[in-house]
Amino acid sequence: MKRLTLSVLCAALLTAAAAHAQTIAITGGTVYPVSGAPIQNGTVLIRDGKIIAVGADVAVPANAQRVDATGKIVTPGLIDASTQLGLVEIGGEPSTRDANARGTDGVAASFRSWDGLNSESVLWAPARNEGVTTVVVAPAGGLVAGQAAIVDLINGTGAQMIRRAPVAMVAQVNNPRGAQTGARGELIGKLRTLLEDVKFYQTHRADYDRSAARSLTATRADLEAMIPVVEGKLPLAIDADRVDDIQGALRLAKEFNLKIIIVGGAEAWLAANDLAAAHVPVIAGAMNNIPTSFETLNQRQENVGILSKAGVAVAIIGNNGDGDEELFNVRNVKYEAGNAVSYGMTHEAALRAVTLTPAELFGVADRVGSLQAGRDANVVVWSGDPFEFSTRVEHVYIHGQEVMSPSRQDLLTQRYKTLPPRYESHP
Amino acid sequence: MRTTSLLLLCLAGAACAQTPAPTTAPSPSSNVATASAASPSRDSVGRPGAGALSLPNANPFPSTYAPFPSRTTFIRNATIMTAAGPTLQNASILLRDGKIVAVGTSVTAPSDAVVIDGTGKYVTPGIIDVHSHLGVYAAPGGGGLNDGNEATNPNTSYVWAEHSVWPQDPQFPRILAGGVTTVQILPGSANLFGGRSAILKVVPTRTVQGMKFPGAKYGLKMACGENPKRVYSSRGPSTRMGNVAGYRTAYIQAAEYRRKWDEWNANHKGPPPTRDLGQETLAEVLRGDILPQMHCYRADEMAQMLDVAKEFGFKIRAFHHAVEAYKIADLLRENGTGAAMWADWGGFKEEAMDGIRANIALVDAAGVRAMIHSDDPSGSQRLNQEVAKAMYAGRAAGINVTEDMAIKWMTINPAWALDLDSKIGSLETGKNADVVLWSGDPFSVYSKAEKVWIDGSMLFNRDDPAQNWRTDFDLGFVNGGAR
Repeated sequence: MKRLTLSVLCAALLTAAAAHAQTIAITGGTVYPVSGAPIQNGTVLIRDGKIIAVGADVAVPANAQRVDATGKIVTPGLIDASTQLGLVEIGGEPSTRDANARGTDGVAASFRSWDGLNSESVLWAPARNEGVTTVVVAPAGGLVAGQAAIVDLINGTGAQMIRRAPVAMVAQVNNPRGAQTGARGELIGKLRTLLEDVKFYQTHRADYDRSAARSLTATRADLEAMIPVVEGKLPLAIDADRVDDIQGALRLAKEFNLKIIIVGGAEAWLAANDLAAAHVPVIAGAMNNIPTSFETLNQRQENVGILSKAGVAVAIIGNNGDGDEELFNVRNVKYEAGNAVSYGMTHEAALRAVTLTPAELFGVADRVGSLQAGRDANVVVWSGDPFEFSTRVEHVYIHGQEVMSPSRQDLLTQRYKTLPPRYESHP
Repeated sequence: MRTTSLLLLCLAGAACAQTPAPTTAPSPSSNVATASAASPSRDSVGRPGAGALSLPNANPFPSTYAPFPSRTTFIRNATIMTAAGPTLQNASILLRDGKIVAVGTSVTAPSDAVVIDGTGKYVTPGIIDVHSHLGVYAAPGGGGLNDGNEATNPNTSYVWAEHSVWPQDPQFPRILAGGVTTVQILPGSANLFGGRSAILKVVPTRTVQGMKFPGAKYGLKMACGENPKRVYSSRGPSTRMGNVAGYRTAYIQAAEYRRKWDEWNANHKGPPPTRDLGQETLAEVLRGDILPQMHCYRADEMAQMLDVAKEFGFKIRAFHHAVEAYKIADLLRENGTGAAMWADWGGFKEEAMDGIRANIALVDAAGVRAMIHSDDPSGSQRLNQEVAKAMYAGRAAGINVTEDMAIKWMTINPAWALDLDSKIGSLETGKNADVVLWSGDPFSVYSKAEKVWIDGSMLFNRDDPAQNWRTDFDLGFVNGGAR
């Protein structure tokens, strides 16, 4: 705790003193750039919020603030590729839930989830303090849930935190009832009709405005929002678990030339070769092996390892358990990756699955996800293997600024470490 | 172990102070399930009024569990975490006839033993999960298997979880593969009184009776806070004060019920009082023979429940979830009540806002029986990882938590919460041979349970998937079965 408090103070002071002019050299550690091979005794040089050099023979300017990482591990900041962090504060309290739009008949394509981002959420700090520097904030519900954004976990306004938006349109083919349909075939049909309507709308905008077009199944705003999807520019992130639902999504993608990402993907390993051939990535957890529903009968912990070996681009997310605990524990994505390693994924692939791969999937690999000159200085210094429980996070930089700060949980721990708490004792 | 037994005696003594009840002594050998299970009813007939049950047939669903066939097994040259003392390096453990025969660095293998090389591996007691809904919320879920909450009345102390448990729940072999050997199945938390728990061995069987831990006391699920008041908001209780009134009203009635039965048991005058299933359970709580296991998040509510327990002269064995236990660890210690916690769940509802990862370590450091629990079929498979997170969080908060302390959070402390710590929860001579062989340090993310023994019988072997338990559900529905 003392260490944390001190580093927080330092960070605050540094921030106050024109952090952007600051040059930081993280030296002596084993550097995992992810975009390349690990570098022993490497240096990461940061200036003006960007990485300016990474390597074994980097000259450190005299005025640089040196951070000794000898015996430690240096990685890019972790990226959680799908979460509701910042959209939901307390799951059980409806007034703090902003992830599910009402939509129109199951379609909420125009829902820009990040418009409700809570920049003051107490849940940022626990994630940030444990090495998560970027998340994909995604909506849920209905057939088309809305649009996702990529968010950096800096201390700032919502607008400052949002790195890029939209980065994906979110939909699902898991749950016909949730899509306000009665059967899987009807759900796919509804999605197909929507896509056809979007294409029709694209070429008949003028007719539509004169009310001279045939009736379309979605609102104007939703049709507009879907245009980048049918143009293949914006990925459609499709929740699908059952292997047939995944295959259905692949067929739809082929039919409409869509760029899709499978999310959840409980049975994706059964379609690993097809996914690889279609260059369709999968975002999945690594700790589920329970047939929790008839859609997930064959889910197993080897899933991401099998996919990765088959050549599928895989991003690992935290989806252990019932989901109740997920927002509190976005920080645990690193343990999800560790479990993936236990069940057959290489350590290298698992680290990539929580850094560079998600950055690539959402089109921000030129900014985050790896340690290379020109990238944002989102860097974590770990006391050891990032996936191990025994490892501590020593430094977290986002845009070159040290961002560790006591979380609400840290403050509570301090307050009650000695009982009775100070406020109750009467000296 | 000595401390454990002493503490246990003290607690038993406290319970007996009001009712000089003979405890249903744990049977020394594990193959006398019937005799052990039958002992409460014998007591009730033999010693009326002294811890007696309401009726002669007090054990209508007796355990039929018998240990599976086992071979004398010797694990050599392993790191052994006994949960009863310091970790032993390069040590061996001998299992015979379902019991632990010897543990130490100078144990030798008898000629008839199957010898397993434990070089580089770790051995721990079987993990005990005191908060599970396996079988009552069986996979694959859906309404047809939704049997965990009898949410039709705020007081359903008359239901027994075992009557909902589906032994073919495919989640059972999966937690066994995570090293869990004993599990407490609880009803859900919709009600103030959810019903009786079932203490089960994680073994393949056609019937729940075949899983029931012989001689184990029942638990009673009680629940504080948001869940009951939400579920019953229209009919009541709809507030926390309504909840507390509900517990007190029920115990007032149960005390009266108990008095009538104790009187009748003592003199057999006239016809016996009318039986009431719910009152029977609560009367047994008052007699100390059923252990209240109470779902409670907030510190202030736990403090109030400790007073309610005092008012009626019973003990809450452990608070479950207890996300704010660290705020009142001193009160828990004074009351001899344990706490079963998650490593890091929190924030999902208002009463869970103040969850911290150092909770278990802080509570343990205050001298309370602290333990991990899952409440989750996925977490139950990795309680070793949950303990690891909690242990390292404790260290980060400045508490000197050793692995020898942390191992107790998933073994002997939950055994105590079930009043089974004389039989399971540590690797000591004479105890049940519930043992896990890990591929490495159980507090590493990369370690897995390789082999799991229950009563000396190897029921899970990662190296021999074809022989591992597959439930009926796994057949056909699941490609490959339990993994």
